[in-house]
Amino acid sequence: MVTIRATTAAAVADAVRDACDRGRTLEVVGTGTRRGYGRPVAADDVLNVGGMAGVVDYDPAELVLTARPGTPIADIAMLAAAHGQHIAFEPPDLAPLWGGAAGSGTLGGTLALGLGGPRRPFAGAPRDHFLGFAAVNGLGEQFSAGGKVIKNVTGYDLPKLMAGSLGTLAILTEVTIKMLPAPRATATLAWAGLDAAAAFVLMTQALGTSAAITGAAHIPARAGPATTRLRLAGIPVAVKAGIAALGSLLSVFGPAARIDDADAFWRDIGGVHAFADDADLVWRVSLPPSQAVAFVTALGPDDARWLFDWGGGLVWVMQRADDDIGRVRRALTATGGDGHATLVRARDAVRRAVPPFQPLAPTLAALTARVRARFDPSGTLNPGRIEP
Amino acid sequence: MLAHPCLVKMPCPNPVTLTDCAAIVRGLRGIVGDDVIDDPAELAAYASDGLTAYSQLPLAVVLPRTTADVAAVLRFCHDGQIKVVPRGSGTSLSGGALPLADGIVLGLGRFNRILEVDLDNRCAVVQPGVTNLAISAAVAADGFYYAPDPSSQIACSIGGNVAENAGGVHCLKYGMTTNNLLGVELVLMTGDVVRLGGRGLDGPGYDLLGIVCGSEGLLGIVTEVTVRLLPRPESQRALLLGFPTMTAAAGCVAAIIGDGIIPAAIEIMDRPAIAAAEAFVHAGYPLDVDALMIVEVDGPPAEVDYLIAEIDALALAAGASTVRASASDVERTLFWAGRKAAFPAVGRIASDYYCVDGTIPRRTLPAVLTAITAIAAAKGLTVANVFHAGDGNLHPLILYDGDQPGQLEAAEAVGAAILEECVRVGGVLTGEHGVGVEKRDLMIRQFTATDLAQQTRLKCAFDDRNLLNPGKVFPELCRCAEMGRVHVHRGATRFPELPRF
Ligand SMILES: Cc1cc2nc3c(=O)[nH]c(=O)nc-3n(C[C@H](O)[C@H](O)[C@H](O)COP(=O)(O)OP(=O)(O)OC[C@H]3O[C@@H](n4cnc5c(N)ncnc54)[C@H](O)[C@@H]3O)c2cc1C
Repeated sequence: MVTIRATTAAAVADAVRDACDRGRTLEVVGTGTRRGYGRPVAADDVLNVGGMAGVVDYDPAELVLTARPGTPIADIAMLAAAHGQHIAFEPPDLAPLWGGAAGSGTLGGTLALGLGGPRRPFAGAPRDHFLGFAAVNGLGEQFSAGGKVIKNVTGYDLPKLMAGSLGTLAILTEVTIKMLPAPRATATLAWAGLDAAAAFVLMTQALGTSAAITGAAHIPARAGPATTRLRLAGIPVAVKAGIAALGSLLSVFGPAARIDDADAFWRDIGGVHAFADDADLVWRVSLPPSQAVAFVTALGPDDARWLFDWGGGLVWVMQRADDDIGRVRRALTATGGDGHATLVRARDAVRRAVPPFQPLAPTLAALTARVRARFDPSGTLNPGRIEP
Repeated sequence: MLAHPCLVKMPCPNPVTLTDCAAIVRGLRGIVGDDVIDDPAELAAYASDGLTAYSQLPLAVVLPRTTADVAAVLRFCHDGQIKVVPRGSGTSLSGGALPLADGIVLGLGRFNRILEVDLDNRCAVVQPGVTNLAISAAVAADGFYYAPDPSSQIACSIGGNVAENAGGVHCLKYGMTTNNLLGVELVLMTGDVVRLGGRGLDGPGYDLLGIVCGSEGLLGIVTEVTVRLLPRPESQRALLLGFPTMTAAAGCVAAIIGDGIIPAAIEIMDRPAIAAAEAFVHAGYPLDVDALMIVEVDGPPAEVDYLIAEIDALALAAGASTVRASASDVERTLFWAGRKAAFPAVGRIASDYYCVDGTIPRRTLPAVLTAITAIAAAKGLTVANVFHAGDGNLHPLILYDGDQPGQLEAAEAVGAAILEECVRVGGVLTGEHGVGVEKRDLMIRQFTATDLAQQTRLKCAFDDRNLLNPGKVFPELCRCAEMGRVHVHRGATRFPELPRF
């Protein structure tokens, strides 16, 4: 196994063509902090593209930023903050889940995983902010798609397909994302001591109002009491109006504490930092919010830990490493089957044996395989990352 | 308007299909009974979509009622190598639903039921033939709505919206169709049925929902749609702003967004459009300005009032000569009346008009509008501009007279030149109306041959016989079979003369 470093699109294309010609496969890595996500890749060589970094263009008034994929999210966040803007899907700081340093993600890695943070239900996922890209496909061809403007329907919306494809279709060499104004004010309301069912009702009632909510999470009682939280964001009068409206609407759930600086709380929710320093299994379950309570009930009362984000639409589950690993997907099936569970953290051997991504229906799996073959016909890029 | 079928070159009709027409219709009747139209007089109703300059009678029109029927019809067409053009309400402005002489039109008009409103999950499951507005109407009493609002919303179908990734005046704040879409049921050309997404967010596997949305009917037939519902904003107010120059208006848009405000909508009209709209609806628009802007904000009343005051100040600083804030919903509706009637208003001052749709970086707005005027003038035509200023989505309306020989061609040439200008300044060919047949041959201006080859290869994964809406979007069909050769790459030799170990 050799490691090839490519710092330009042309070099990436050369490396891929060369690998194709020699019948070798490539594991594509940036900083490598998210290698623990998906199936372990079994490739002949490593193609390191982490050196392709740097912001290419940022025009705040256009709401558009173009950068090379290796650019640290932290750098972009800092640059954007200087112009009162942010990345609206709230990139989750997931590296600590796999033992990486906090705050170490890159833009390319974030798009390749395609996961949004607590703002996802309100502001969209990476896919919704991914406007265009240049990339190298599995044939070693440089191509681009999408555009550098915020409204565009020209051709297939390939940035969406690229988001979350984990480098199995093409290697991104330049990306353009949408930037948005950061809210001028934020506040978090917290209720204590609710059970899952009450927390769901609270969140659902709140999300049925037009209050400017950008976060809705619930952590059940464990060492401390249960906490259910709503984040409001916007201009100060909107936040104030939202707090007043929610306070009276939700008074049956008891008094709400107002927390003005809850950034750390939401960062920890997005990156499930509560589950970070551990060796146990971590699942990410996306489902219709109304099924969340039944799902955690079906999981059983024993030692599986869980929390709700997205008003119940996202349930994070931590399970002891020696526990029955089929339990989470069985509980999901028992609850209605409209959701899907991703095994986000487990030892390599486990992620080889148990599909980390929810298995697809046969026709969809076949279509997915055909799509992949149209980008990377020889299976050169990240073989096995998604499917064996 | 003049029907002009020969302007655009479509794939060569398959002579076998044309000869077999009667047998094909019999076969289709065997599947869906009487829901097949082949009488030329009735077919005429399907000859065009919203791009009425083009028309073509299809072989037949099939109007199935169930997913199983759609699947059976597609399987039949797949086996018989018969082309299929999907159609919703036929309001496409890019010719996406233009029939083919040797193809059937598959109309989704009978899929017109709202299947479920699920307020706990803030979504609705509907059939594709339901109109955009009907969804909002169905949930209005519960205080919810479906956000994307194309101007055609009383007529266009949600299936057509998904296929075109339709936008609307409020997509600056609320996104396009794709940002409000949770799932679809899709029938592939082989008759296989797949479900993409659902009531939860971010389905498993590749984001195929993301590419089906906006695929202009080339990848599959959408037979069920799950959309996100939003709580209706408590209040809305609008500002009517007049500017002495387009540059000042563009500066005001940049100032608002630079200030961290994303209004629900920012629309601009230029002088010819203002004059036409005012003459038509008497909305009280100032006639002494070069640019008229409507800015709408929504949310709780306290927020709305605050933002109106802030934008008011920004507008004055940007040189606005007219600043009026709506004091009532009646007044707000009046501000919008002229903008919403801009197309028919322009239709009154010219016998024909042709609506172009491109997006540019907003910073290039004044220069591009100047260029547009010059491009049209060079062909002896004039243009009225109404556009979604917040996201740089232009809609120049080229005025022409279809009865004058050569004017339609001139209008089309002006449209093409405008779109090339959009691409030249860093923008794109279409912001919301789609490529269709209209901009198909301009795709090479925005994309390289490699870019287009990658996109057409993707189609092969869904439709390897190129039977679904061929001739739309891409200048050339992909020869799907040739992909096979690519596999030779592996183990084949790039430098055969070199030794290998
Ligand atoms: C006056 C007017 C104003 C408009 N304003 C706007 C606007 O503000 N914003 C905007 O975005 N658009 C606008 N449009 C364009 C048009 O209304 C939209 O593109 C709309 O989404 C088309 O919907 P439809 O049901 O009429 O689709 P059709 O015109 O029937 O079809 C459009 C495309 O979708 C495909 N298709 C339709 N249904 C399906 C299905 N179920 N499965 C697969 N493919 C399908 C067709 O093959 C075709 O390619 C306007 C049009 C008019 C006439």
